[in-house]
Amino acid sequence: MAFNKARRTLTLAMACAAAAGSLPAAAQTVKVGILGPFSGPFAHYGTLFKNGAEAYIASQGGKLAGKEVELIYRDTGGPNPGQTKTLVQELIVKDKVDYLGGFIFTPNAFAVAPLIQQSQTPAVIFNAATSAITDKSEFFVRTSYTLWQVTVPLAQWAAKNDIRKVVTAVTDYGPGIDAEAAWKSEFARQGGTVVESIRMPMATTDFAPFVQRIKASGAQAVYTFLPGGPPNLGFVKAYNENGLAKAGIQFLGTAEMDEFDLQKFGDAALGLTTAFHYSAAHDSPTNRTFVEALKKKDANAIANYASVGAWDGMHVIHKMIEATDGRKDGLKAIAAARALQWESPRGPVRIDPKTRHIVQNVYLRKVEKAGSQLVNKEVQSFGPQVDHGLGK
Amino acid sequence: MLTLLSNVLIDGMAYGMVLFIIAVGLTVTLGLMRFVNLAHGAFAMIGGYAAALLTREAQWSFWLALPVALVATAALGALLEAVVLRHLYRRSELEQVLFTIGLAFFLIAATNALAGPQVQLIVLPPLLAQPVDLGFRTLPAQRLLVIAAGLVVAAAAAWIVARTRFGIWLRAAVDHPDTAATLGIPIRTVQCASFAVGAALAGLGGVLGAELMPLEPYYALKYLVLVLVVVAVGGMGSLVGSLAAALALGTVETASKYLASDWGSLFFFLAMALLLAWRPNGLLRR
Repeated sequence: MAFNKARRTLTLAMACAAAAGSLPAAAQTVKVGILGPFSGPFAHYGTLFKNGAEAYIASQGGKLAGKEVELIYRDTGGPNPGQTKTLVQELIVKDKVDYLGGFIFTPNAFAVAPLIQQSQTPAVIFNAATSAITDKSEFFVRTSYTLWQVTVPLAQWAAKNDIRKVVTAVTDYGPGIDAEAAWKSEFARQGGTVVESIRMPMATTDFAPFVQRIKASGAQAVYTFLPGGPPNLGFVKAYNENGLAKAGIQFLGTAEMDEFDLQKFGDAALGLTTAFHYSAAHDSPTNRTFVEALKKKDANAIANYASVGAWDGMHVIHKMIEATDGRKDGLKAIAAARALQWESPRGPVRIDPKTRHIVQNVYLRKVEKAGSQLVNKEVQSFGPQVDHGLGK
Repeated sequence: MLTLLSNVLIDGMAYGMVLFIIAVGLTVTLGLMRFVNLAHGAFAMIGGYAAALLTREAQWSFWLALPVALVATAALGALLEAVVLRHLYRRSELEQVLFTIGLAFFLIAATNALAGPQVQLIVLPPLLAQPVDLGFRTLPAQRLLVIAAGLVVAAAAAWIVARTRFGIWLRAAVDHPDTAATLGIPIRTVQCASFAVGAALAGLGGVLGAELMPLEPYYALKYLVLVLVVVAVGGMGSLVGSLAAALALGTVETASKYLASDWGSLFFFLAMALLLAWRPNGLLRR
């Protein structure tokens, strides 16, 4: 008898333990896995994500929708789909995260699509900018931009401003080719001519030959796309030092004057034209709140497209936590995210219910000097833009 | 057509000179001293960072910062040589490779931790920052300085190695260290001084080449292949050979950028393979 009783007690205890394990998450912390490069040559992106996400939570008083939020950072290094997949699997199965966020590189985002689909875990893309990503799973939401989104209005503007002949010069890799395709397709529709399309190898260090070709092409402007850091600095330097601006060839870019690189160009960058969705110099109370929150987090933090992507990404996660009351319910959370609209540091934005990509104003900017610092001064708004790349 | 040809030649020479300036230090340590120094890029990086720090943070003039940066790199090279690297001269090449690549990784991580991952810019004086009009086109003044510096370094180094007592000592110390020592040549001093000079030349390349190869923590490995190609094609220890190789390869690379950029760096490495097949011991040696 005594033996039987002991066994019954044990069974009861085990049942209790099992039940405790599956208690509703409402009382617990909401876990968010953030994937980004935190080491290696791209580590600064990880820092931008971290500052943006943590500054947002701090600005909400340390809790989102009344829940404690735990951010779990995982280091993907560079473009590394295999490792990213393993890390996300671990986050979902072992850490039991409720949401995912981050992603700098497109291949990393593609790799996790089947995992988030199967586990119904909403994933907010803070950066990766290839149009097709949000097609791969209905649990993707994106708060960054796509190259089509910013390039199409720029091509329309150029055509309207009597720029008829343009040469494209892009770095020869995925996003560069995406940018070239976007420009060519829209500029041709507007009646313009692309006189030459130059693709510059990834490993290029000396851009002088390409700049000479641009000069010789007889174009009125050059549309360009380069990855941030050394290639970007090298190209802009060659553009300036070889007197292209003086020869009347206008510079048209997108992310090239990003705040992370901007001060390094020096006065030579003055007057360069780009079309982009976020400038740290955007004049609005929301943007000032964002910049101040970043500075409070880290005095050296930089407000740019990656940190604003993380900030708005955490806003989307905030609203999803609110809609589900902190419980894990991917379908309900995503349904809430689809209907969102809010005032972002970049201006008014909303999530397109169909593509789950952010709809936002794109601005025409010129580099100007404010005090001793260079800034991207927004001179014109092209109004709300969808992702023109989907369906192409 | 004529403009295209002159563009290729001018840009090719400018790019070739940058390659030479970056590689000349390695011609000394790897070529002359037969020490497989894969940390060469790291010395170049240190020279460049020193110049960037002095011109940007301390607001020094470029002309003052340049020699100070070179002396600092030389001193660090001498220190490393005297404490660690001299024990490696008699080790196998594999051990030299493993040690110096490890040193390069260490210096990358240290640079990343101390200065951050972003690109460092060296503040150029206005004289160098402007374009120079050549009549039919313009060229950045900085490139002209690199071309001049390359020629001066090649001439000076060739003269020192071939004509001076120190050059004779150096060649003796490398070829027959024991014999040289018994003849009263201070081989430790010669080795240490040569390594320091190699490090200083690496630093010179880091500073002057920074316009094309921007300074960042991964600099130490990123451009190592280019440098090794120049030294290999030029021939071990031949300074003039390195110059010829750098100019030839620079012109090939530039021509392919003008005429066939879709092929990437294919022609650069094809040229390397052909030149090595034709003259395996170096461009200027039969």
